[in-house]
Amino acid sequence: MELLTAIFFTPFVEMWEFPTFFAEVVINGLLTGVMYSLVALGFVLIFKASEIFNFAQGVMVLFAALCLVGLMEFGIPAWIAVILSLAIMVVLALVIERVMLRPLVNQDPFILFMATIGLTFFLEGFGETLWGSNVKRLDIGIPKDVFEYQGILLSQFDIIAAVIGAVLVFGLAIFFTKTPIGRALRAVADDHQAALSIGIPLKTIWVIVWSVSGGVALVAGIMWGAKSGVQFSLSLIALKALPVLILGGLTSISGAIVGGLIIGVGEKVAEIYWGPLIGGAIENWFAYILAMVFLLFRPQGLFGERIIERV
Amino acid sequence: MKKLTTYGLGLVAGLAAIAATPAAYADDPQFFPMLVYRTGPYAPNGIPSANGMRDFYMLSNKRDGGANGVEIAVEECETEYNTKIGVECYERLKGKHGGATLVNPYSTGITYQLIPKAPVDEVPILSMGYGQTAAADGRVFPWTFNFPTTYWSQASAFIRYVGSEEGGMENLKGKKIALVYHNSAYGKEPIPTLEKLAGIHGYELTSLAVDHPGQEQKATWLQIRRLRPDWIFLWGWGVMNQVAIQEAAAIRFPMDHFIGVWWSGSENDVIPAGDAAKGYKAGTFHSVGATAQVHEDILEHIYGGDLEEAKKNNFGEVLYNRGLVNAMLGVEAVRTAQAKYGNRRMTGAEVRWGLENLDVGEERLAELGFGDFTRPIKVTCEDHEGSGPVLIQQWDGEKWSLVSDWIEPIREVVRPMIEEAAAAFAAENNITPRDCSAES
Repeated sequence: MELLTAIFFTPFVEMWEFPTFFAEVVINGLLTGVMYSLVALGFVLIFKASEIFNFAQGVMVLFAALCLVGLMEFGIPAWIAVILSLAIMVVLALVIERVMLRPLVNQDPFILFMATIGLTFFLEGFGETLWGSNVKRLDIGIPKDVFEYQGILLSQFDIIAAVIGAVLVFGLAIFFTKTPIGRALRAVADDHQAALSIGIPLKTIWVIVWSVSGGVALVAGIMWGAKSGVQFSLSLIALKALPVLILGGLTSISGAIVGGLIIGVGEKVAEIYWGPLIGGAIENWFAYILAMVFLLFRPQGLFGERIIERV
Repeated sequence: MKKLTTYGLGLVAGLAAIAATPAAYADDPQFFPMLVYRTGPYAPNGIPSANGMRDFYMLSNKRDGGANGVEIAVEECETEYNTKIGVECYERLKGKHGGATLVNPYSTGITYQLIPKAPVDEVPILSMGYGQTAAADGRVFPWTFNFPTTYWSQASAFIRYVGSEEGGMENLKGKKIALVYHNSAYGKEPIPTLEKLAGIHGYELTSLAVDHPGQEQKATWLQIRRLRPDWIFLWGWGVMNQVAIQEAAAIRFPMDHFIGVWWSGSENDVIPAGDAAKGYKAGTFHSVGATAQVHEDILEHIYGGDLEEAKKNNFGEVLYNRGLVNAMLGVEAVRTAQAKYGNRRMTGAEVRWGLENLDVGEERLAELGFGDFTRPIKVTCEDHEGSGPVLIQQWDGEKWSLVSDWIEPIREVVRPMIEEAAAAFAAENNITPRDCSAES
């Protein structure tokens, strides 16, 4: 009885009795969720355009951030270093298309997935060899001061990161739905061969999408790297994006953002109100549980495309 | 490029140590296998430790002519801080160059795996300030050493320190202390000690786990904000430390009331946090900076006076210094053994005796270039931990400085706990504890 009370009654009483703290938990969850969405976006972009689950997305975040901070260490101003890093990610996209994707056109998506695993290990080693393994401080001038609003402590950095994330998502949504390139990307995603037959240049599309994904990785790398320093562990942030993808669907930009918000809030609320019952540290796996509960009702994810195959 | 340079220097060091002219040394080399992690998520911590150890071994050959004329040889094996790979490394290296002198696993996980192997292979384990705390009871763990101090001693020293900062141990009553820990065997190590001491001194302990790797800790720090503790102890590792320090600053927690374990107190942990880390404290068992004679000797003998090159190899950083102290104690154990068995290459069993009878006093530390840099140490058959005192260092935004004298752990509480844990281990593993009075 005591256990049932602790699970089904006490947490809600706490939320009711301390609404300001509950609001702080929810707001921080939302802000964290946007950061997860940033990472998830990279996966979605590539999957939308090529049906490849890019296992290397996490390490692309690390690689982009390493390039940025490495260039800044040479005394290059932050804004120039950002442009140069973006250029490096475009070159990387070109190389990936030429060396990895082109020879595998029309292969099973699982083979392409395996290729991205290889890419992960290559980028990890290459990044460390180029820029070293030390933790690097990344400061591009985003303020990290905190302020209190109605008793809720908020971080300027988290808010700015959320705004940047929201602008990026909005921009990408327009890019995919309103521009000819965006429509071409969606056509390629639907059917490679059909897209080729109507004159859509597959190679160019792949380079574009991997470049955009590299750009998103750079933004995610800047935001996460500024929080924790740029180091190898940054690549593990991809683990945080997986439940977002399960929940939001692999093909939906809106899904990535809504999924990120739900996971962000869900894991924080669970950790704080239910975590202590079982020793804490539940947020990592709780995110997956939450995502799988959603899958029970919508197997394609919240915004994923429903696949119907008629026999 | 930096990484290539580091690898290059490491390779040159290893080869140089192994390929020294035969005429210079009278015997086979004394082989120290080095389990290192220069790659992977924990590389930022693994590199300085490995560089410190490597430099001291090289210095021992160049400055001291090896261990009483016996050349010191080293060979690195990359573990990536992965227990499985670490055990493979150990298996690969243990028989090389005439056999391993001792092994420094540099990972609590690897240490646990090697403990049962040590008596079989006759390779003693030196897990300096990590590993299984119960191994401090040498009657049950004859082949494992964790001097100069253990996690439990450190936790008790932290409580003593907080007591002194609060104006006396009696003032701990009613205080709130939060432990933010890595959700692993390592992170959970201090909990029994802190809980026991909470019962004695009346403080309220709240333990909050953070899952690996600890990149996202918002929920933990929201709980801290609600709890409003007087002090926080951090038992973290890798990226978890950097994020924790930034999150503590983000909730405006006073950093001088935030103390990290000695694995949460390197430059890597504070520099990414920038100004937010100012005032943060951490435990240690040696001094800070490149202030000792041994640093001057390394600069001269290893780097030819090139300070910039030395700094590229983490010269004077916290974990580099820990590597120096670690290597020095290992080499001294060999010399202790040689005093009994003669100036030749020592076997693992002989080095085990050397470790167990290690007695490095102030005078000897000064001769080695470590005068006042670390505390004298005496190991016995019963006590593989040594005396166990701890220092507190503080980050000022630029460098670490010591802000305490040596703090003695609360031995009357910790030692019985160690003996109890060792007895439980002995019972589980059908080990009959040694009678140390019969040992020579």
